[in-house]
Amino acid sequence: MKFLGFVIVCLTGGLLLYGTMDLPDWGDPASPASTHLSDYYIEHILEETRVPNLVTAVLADYRGYDTMFETAVVFCAGLACFLLLRDFRPKKDRYFRHIPTGVMLHVKNPEIRIIPGNEFEHMDREWVPSDRIIKTVCRILIPFIQIYALYVVAHGDFSPGGGFQGGVIFGSSLILMAISYNLKTLMKRVTEKFLSIFAATGVLIYVGLGVLAMIMGGRFLDYGMLAPLVPWDPGHIRALGMLGVEIGVGIAVMAVMVIIYVNIVSEGRHDEGL
Amino acid sequence: MLWPIDLIVLTFVIFCAVAAITVKDLLGTAILFSAYSFLMCLLWAVMGAVDVAFTEASVGAGVSTVFLVAAVFRTSRRTKD
Repeated sequence: MKFLGFVIVCLTGGLLLYGTMDLPDWGDPASPASTHLSDYYIEHILEETRVPNLVTAVLADYRGYDTMFETAVVFCAGLACFLLLRDFRPKKDRYFRHIPTGVMLHVKNPEIRIIPGNEFEHMDREWVPSDRIIKTVCRILIPFIQIYALYVVAHGDFSPGGGFQGGVIFGSSLILMAISYNLKTLMKRVTEKFLSIFAATGVLIYVGLGVLAMIMGGRFLDYGMLAPLVPWDPGHIRALGMLGVEIGVGIAVMAVMVIIYVNIVSEGRHDEGL
Repeated sequence: MLWPIDLIVLTFVIFCAVAAITVKDLLGTAILFSAYSFLMCLLWAVMGAVDVAFTEASVGAGVSTVFLVAAVFRTSRRTKD
């Protein structure tokens, strides 16, 4: 059976390799993609949209509808993770530390309620003291990562990057916080409600800009119709529309990345993680 | 010419891909996938697709590795087969 599988894999791989021989060469100027479509974009994008980064212009403007549904797919991924993994049942085994004495309490009866505060502190099951070096380095690093993420989102029109990458970088800075401190530190600052609202808001900003263009008399996602909103700089309205869309994508992706991480690492309980 | 870089990186890509499916330790597999993604990111950058390289670096080598490690943390570390 194993041998048969190996033969099938080799056969499929060989057929795929054979198929790639029909593809045009890398950077072939005579290939169909380069003869009709690319010329148009390269010649017209700068005068039509005033965005120097052609990739962003194609993704956020010419193919804006496609990118909108990509954002919706990311949102659905976060939603699916939440629906599959989130566990609201109260946990049976809980651990607390009595802060003045340092005694650990292992509470098995779910009816005993201990409110964490000045006297008691919630503890993870496999609690290890956080390393001071890791904490300090991450505390210094996280703001810079976040500034860089905002830069990537804001400069999506001019340089490589955009909402998706910026959102992922911002989300990973929050994940770094959860790893270097603990999950509760993150969930105290960035609550679940906040994340869910942000994930939905990001998609809404994208769709809202498209609907706004319809209300202003254009087609869906036709940013050119938004020009009366920015009377001081109507020439750059397409670039500004793309920036708005990128911000929406960034917010949604940032929130969804954190939602997925938190739900996976804590088995949907949002109490303890890596 | 960039073909020596291409050749070296492609060799490493195949090495990582084969290693990722043969290693029994799932944590090691996650890290190997990360290395694979990073090498693919290098390839995209060599080909001039900087936007794709950026996405590959942030999503493939960054966040998805964290997700895999988190999943391994909550399941078992050794494969059965």
